[in-house]
Amino acid sequence: MATKVEIKNLSKIFGKKEKQALELVKSGSSKEEILEQTGATVGVNKASFKVEEGEIFVIMGLSGSGKSTLVRMLNRLIEPTEGNILIDGEDVSKMNNDELRKIRREKVSMVFQNFGLFPHRTILENTEYGLEVQGVDKETRQKKAEKALDNAGLLPYKDQRPNQLSGGMQQRVGLARALANDPEILLMDEAFSALDPLIRRDMQDELLEMQERLQKTIIFITHDLNESLRIGDRIAIMKGGEVVQVGTGEEILTNPANEYVERFVEDVDRSKVLTAENIMIRPQTLRSSKAGPRVAAQEMKTAGLSSMLIIDKQQQLKGYVTDRDVLDAVKSNIRSLESIIRTDIPKVSKDTLIYDLYDIIHDSDTPVAVVDENNKLEGIVIRSLVIGALAREKEGDSNNGE
Amino acid sequence: MENSILDVIPQIPVSEWMANFISWLTNNFSWLFDAVRDAGDWTMDTITDLLILVPPVLFIVLLSALAFFASSKKLGLPTFTILGLIYIYNQGLWEPLMYTITLVVVASLLSIIIGVPVGILMAKSEWANVLITPILDLMQTMPAFVYLIPAVAFFGIGMVPGVFSAIIFALPPTVRFTNLGIRQVSDEMVEAARSFGSTGSQQLFKVELPLAKATIMAGINQTVLLALSMVVIASMIGAPGLGERVINALQRAQVGPGFVAGFALVVLAIILDRTMQGFNRD
Repeated sequence: MATKVEIKNLSKIFGKKEKQALELVKSGSSKEEILEQTGATVGVNKASFKVEEGEIFVIMGLSGSGKSTLVRMLNRLIEPTEGNILIDGEDVSKMNNDELRKIRREKVSMVFQNFGLFPHRTILENTEYGLEVQGVDKETRQKKAEKALDNAGLLPYKDQRPNQLSGGMQQRVGLARALANDPEILLMDEAFSALDPLIRRDMQDELLEMQERLQKTIIFITHDLNESLRIGDRIAIMKGGEVVQVGTGEEILTNPANEYVERFVEDVDRSKVLTAENIMIRPQTLRSSKAGPRVAAQEMKTAGLSSMLIIDKQQQLKGYVTDRDVLDAVKSNIRSLESIIRTDIPKVSKDTLIYDLYDIIHDSDTPVAVVDENNKLEGIVIRSLVIGALAREKEGDSNNGE
Repeated sequence: MENSILDVIPQIPVSEWMANFISWLTNNFSWLFDAVRDAGDWTMDTITDLLILVPPVLFIVLLSALAFFASSKKLGLPTFTILGLIYIYNQGLWEPLMYTITLVVVASLLSIIIGVPVGILMAKSEWANVLITPILDLMQTMPAFVYLIPAVAFFGIGMVPGVFSAIIFALPPTVRFTNLGIRQVSDEMVEAARSFGSTGSQQLFKVELPLAKATIMAGINQTVLLALSMVVIASMIGAPGLGERVINALQRAQVGPGFVAGFALVVLAIILDRTMQGFNRD
């Protein structure tokens, strides 16, 4: 995939002694030191990252971390003090007003925390706005705006005013308005933060659904870790104007770059983030084609197991055998395992959330098998691993099986 | 008076400076002032003549209808309008009323035409804001009578100097409220407009002015009422209308005619104010 947006050493200083503060930033002084020496506030401090085409890139940080400033520098609602912003390789930070306007009109749309809808315009007129300023004729722009509203299920409300709609609906309009121009990049600034938790979840789902269809490049700002993990393909964590870590949700949870990130991720409900893949282990298996009851008995004895999984040549899971069945088979001189294989083993995919594994593993006497779509065995999850993962023990974390 | 250390400074000739400045303006721009006066007199006479041509009954009906729609189809304001205008006609003040209306309308329109753009400029430019604010303070706090003197010097006596001084007196609220209204538009609205690639004028006309409309209208309302009060004072330099009647009564110490004309001005002020406020609410 191609890089869509790249920022390099992007800094923003608020205040008068900009140059002096910038020197201090370069020499590596902290935000507090610079404030003390110059009175200038460092909004963003030498931030760099790349956003790939078609991904949802989340920038997460607490208030004051510079995330909102950073996103506003991408379309230059805030002028960067120094550094480069590359969109499709073009340096936005060097563009003149006309070029910048073209980028804003055609490539980058923005969704705002408090929706940013114009109260004096109807829903349709709001949705048309981006096309209207481009000079698209009324009929065409209305048609496009209506289509965008229709996609969001909002067409019946097109003649209402924003204040007649609930918060969730207003933000759907905000999103529809941003999409009406058919931009390649969406900047979403705390887009769901002003919504109730339940509505917020729905909106997150809708965003993911929309992303499946449209494959935009989305840069999403939030202060909520759960939200980041739910929707982000990759996450950048910001603190004090600096980007402290960039990675997938799992990378950040399992390998926090520093103490700050670690403290940040401590509170997250891990059961809703970690999946079977994170905690599964390599199972002890037997090939049904090779092994008979005697081999099975021997293997189980050395491994100290009361049951064992059986796979075929293609690594596909056939079931499991128990120690009692194996011993009976040995006694009655049966040569093959085929007749004693039990198939009542629960199977899950590696994407199953640990949260969903609770019930499965609770009701099952055997371990839970993790298989791919071809029934190929990838690992197993046993009860102690689930508990271990949730207890956040180090062994639990690193027990990845691979 | 005792001698003071401050006597070291000789009297600064502010009076002479101002007098010289005004006479310099009068001498060098008399062609401009004369042209403005002639054009102004002609325009305002024409408007007044046309207003007088309208039959009073029709005029009352039209104004009441306007009041009816302004007050969301309630009956209080239209009733007041009908009764108030009948009172003015009854007291023989119809023609002075038309002069006063002309003066107020012309002064208000010119104030709006000048004031709204100046207010926009102040909202957009910190420099303009810093520069113009003290001028507005001066315009509002300088006693109104003081304007009358240069107004006479420039335009002689009559309607034009009246409108001139009324504009100076009535302009500041429109400028200030326009400035305030645009500055009050929330950052998110401005950011939304900019993020979609609006040009400066698109941002102004499609987002900022519509959102500032209520505030600007409140300023215009103030301007109209101030213009009305100044038009009365301007009668001292020969502006015709209801104010002329008040001034005449004052000079002759006639209590009765003074109140008769005074009530007529109150009626006009209430009709103007309530009607405008009504339209602003919608």
